[in-house]
Amino acid sequence: MIDVAPFTANWQVALPGLLVVVTAMVVMTADALEPPGDRDGLAVLGILGLGAAGAAAAWLWWAGGNAGGFQDTLRADRYALFFTVLLCAGSLLTVLLSVDYLREQPLPAGEYHALVLLSTSGMIFLAAANDLIVLFLALEIMSVAVYVLAGMLRREVRSTEAALKYFLLGAFATGFLLYGIAFFYAAAGSTRLDVIAQAVARDGLTAYTLLGIALLLVGFGFKVALIPFHVWTPDVYEGAPTAVTAFMAVGVKAAAFAAFARVFVAGLGRVAASWTGLLWVLAALTMTVGNVTAVRQRSVKRMLAYSSIAHAGYALVGLVAGGRDGGAALLFYLAVYSFMTLGAFAVLIALGRRGEPNEDLADWAGVGFRHPVLGLSMAVFMLSLAGVPPTAGFAGKFYLFSAAVDAGQVGLAVIGVLNSLVSVYYYLGVLVAMYMTEGERAIVAPGARPCLVASILVAVAATLAIGVLPAGPMELARLSFASIK
Amino acid sequence: MLLTLVVFSPLAGAALLALLPREEVRGIRRAALAFALVTLVLSLEMLRRFQVGVAKFQMAEQVAWIPQWGIDYRLGVDGVSLFLVLLTTVLTPIVVLASWGDIHRRVKEFFAFLLVLETGMLGTLVALDMFLFYVFWEVMLVPMYFLIGVWGGPRRIYAALKFVLFTMAGSLLMLVAILYCAWRVPGTTSFAYETWLARLALSPREQLWLFAAFALAFAIKVPLFPFHTWLPDAHVEAPTGGSVILAGVLLKMGTYGFLRFALPLFPRAVATAAPLVVALAVAGIVYGALVATVQPDLKKLVAYSSVSHLGFVMLGLFALDRTAVAGSVYQMLNHGLSTGGLFLLVGMIYERRHTRLIADFGGLWTAVPVYAAFFLVVMLASVGLPGLNGFVGEFLILLGSFAHWPWATAVATSGVVLGALYLLWMYQRVIFGPLASEENAKLQDLSAREVTVLVPVVALCLVMGLWPAWFLVRMQPSIDLILRHLALPPVVATR
Repeated sequence: MIDVAPFTANWQVALPGLLVVVTAMVVMTADALEPPGDRDGLAVLGILGLGAAGAAAAWLWWAGGNAGGFQDTLRADRYALFFTVLLCAGSLLTVLLSVDYLREQPLPAGEYHALVLLSTSGMIFLAAANDLIVLFLALEIMSVAVYVLAGMLRREVRSTEAALKYFLLGAFATGFLLYGIAFFYAAAGSTRLDVIAQAVARDGLTAYTLLGIALLLVGFGFKVALIPFHVWTPDVYEGAPTAVTAFMAVGVKAAAFAAFARVFVAGLGRVAASWTGLLWVLAALTMTVGNVTAVRQRSVKRMLAYSSIAHAGYALVGLVAGGRDGGAALLFYLAVYSFMTLGAFAVLIALGRRGEPNEDLADWAGVGFRHPVLGLSMAVFMLSLAGVPPTAGFAGKFYLFSAAVDAGQVGLAVIGVLNSLVSVYYYLGVLVAMYMTEGERAIVAPGARPCLVASILVAVAATLAIGVLPAGPMELARLSFASIK
Repeated sequence: MLLTLVVFSPLAGAALLALLPREEVRGIRRAALAFALVTLVLSLEMLRRFQVGVAKFQMAEQVAWIPQWGIDYRLGVDGVSLFLVLLTTVLTPIVVLASWGDIHRRVKEFFAFLLVLETGMLGTLVALDMFLFYVFWEVMLVPMYFLIGVWGGPRRIYAALKFVLFTMAGSLLMLVAILYCAWRVPGTTSFAYETWLARLALSPREQLWLFAAFALAFAIKVPLFPFHTWLPDAHVEAPTGGSVILAGVLLKMGTYGFLRFALPLFPRAVATAAPLVVALAVAGIVYGALVATVQPDLKKLVAYSSVSHLGFVMLGLFALDRTAVAGSVYQMLNHGLSTGGLFLLVGMIYERRHTRLIADFGGLWTAVPVYAAFFLVVMLASVGLPGLNGFVGEFLILLGSFAHWPWATAVATSGVVLGALYLLWMYQRVIFGPLASEENAKLQDLSAREVTVLVPVVALCLVMGLWPAWFLVRMQPSIDLILRHLALPPVVATR
């Protein structure tokens, strides 16, 4: 059954990913050749590379996408290209918000940017993978780089702990994934998703397929942080350098969701009835536990970690709803989520200093009036995460729950909105601290940080623009998801 | 275009305020007042263009917004929303002017939030697309949350969070109901209100659930007994301006929502649920009045009187009678004026004495006669003295309801008596009697600015009391149109 067709590369399929890889190489070389000193040039290189990759993906999307390559193990369909543009945008913002952060901490900029770029290349291939082995390789490329990034603050115990925890549990979860892949190979005789889809259509649900589905769910559940596979998330998100946390919460999650949804829709869509119920439970559980636990957090960083778990639960509602709109709602929501979450973490970085992270909610007292731009931006992100119109977060939830109601999942939609209500409580808690309490000590923002402020303003603009005019991005998400089959 | 201008001119004002330097307090105050007055002028132009005798929506606007779902930016005004829009645009400049003396911290942000709130309220009243309506409905929350939470009293954070969480609990379930209805429009997905009215075909069971979701959102906002517990907290903690807007306009969004959406969209469910709602409304009338009677705090007394007065409005709405519903809409305006006026007066005395306890006052008649005179008129308007506006509304409600709910109306009438009792008793304790305390004797009477704030309120109370027909003739056709949906339930598809 192994495909023995002549090798067809079709490099165009891999173009965006390769651009990012090449940029990573250039960054590493430049870092080695340049004398010690200012490393801001590396960030510019990274931004240019990511911009080029994003532009290439956008161009391919515009041209229609749908090319397959490398024995059809990679697909540059609009689905993959949508995620490529999103991931490039997310990584670009991460690089931008890191410039000032790296200088202050200090962290080695060369390694940092190179690892971010390499991880991004893994994400891009992950979104394009049409084969479980390629998917596995891409997942590891993405993850290994992030393991290193999480532990980059070597002076801090919690950063080292985060790296170790993430690595050990990540390796464990990847083992499940690989085991699941083996079962699918046993069931279908191939690791290609289209072949698996044919086999599933032919044989229906076999024991191998069922085991494979269960094991894949564990693997993906770990990467996107679904309850009960989330236990690593709060500690890792809290311990990692905040810029890396932002990168994990946005890039890693979106890319893992891209692969997750493609495997389950393209590979296992015909037996959706067998896994929809399971995902229903996971979605309800993830939303509820994530939100309820977030309520109790006093650290903004940890609160955002739990909130990112909760948002994975919302996104999963799209997959449960299924159909064209459910999948499109998932894509749209991940895009929306990326901007608001990156923005929130960027504000967190902006309020911290070396040795004084100011992550505790009590430190934020009165910030809103003392730092009006940061305060107002954070207010926008919090309201958007809570799903208050007219922000992007509202449009995203509206799309998700609308798809759920249309699919007859009124119960899940009700659970979703009740969870939104819980989340309002802790997101507004941040506003309470910023605007309604007076602190004993004022946070002093260290000097001008133009790159950080720029990344925050871009995120604010995106959050508001998508919220007020969601029709265009929704159409993009819909067209992108439609290309998956 | 006119309605868009009316709705968004306050928002433009808020954006401009944000650009002004923080220290320019006088300039900020004047700019806020100017923008509130611009909106008032625009809304008066809307009143001028409004055609009497036309039941349908006027000055309609429509722009495609999210075409995939049939969502449009769709505005229009009819006899029901016309005067509520005007109430909002009249009260906002009054509140701006009243807050000149009240708000000294973070002045710029206060007025900016106030103007954003005005946009939210106006948008809610003229939105004819359910998505747009929901957006405005939620947009109202955020600025009100800040007004209470930043400029409020000692327990402001608790009160602000309670306000938001209560309101959101209702509105989020309404969101699911809105989504459900949008998908159930035969043959298409649409959020257009008029399309829903014309084409939505729901089974009785569906109607009941959807009505429950809508009614919960609106009942919390009204607030209908027993969903009222957030109201006293919010009112007591809110700054005067916030209380006036909250009582004057925000609560009307609940009753407006019932009349505009919950009643005509789900007629069968209304028939089923009406006895329950009427019972709760009457319970609220009596309960609110009794609790108001024993309040030692002026602001709490006025807050509970709101619960009682809005019970009348709910009774009138669910009488499903053209006279009673007209009375209800009239009473919404009355309550906005008289209760808004009472909150203004309580705020003015609080600024001077820093207490709101009735026991701390007495004999103010000799110390501040002008204040006492204004207080008398507004208080009597709230009591429902003939010749003032409150009488007209209560009379029409009781008249229209009696034929349908004789017993409930009889009990509700006791609310009128109780209303006279607690308001007159309050007035007696605050204004009459000996001027015992030294501090009260030294009180300054109203300034020219404060008189300017109160004159329009009192004038409108008189005008609405003496010439109700001018208002009613503009409302009645639209009310009759809404009630027609209730009289003839559309043929229901069984599924």
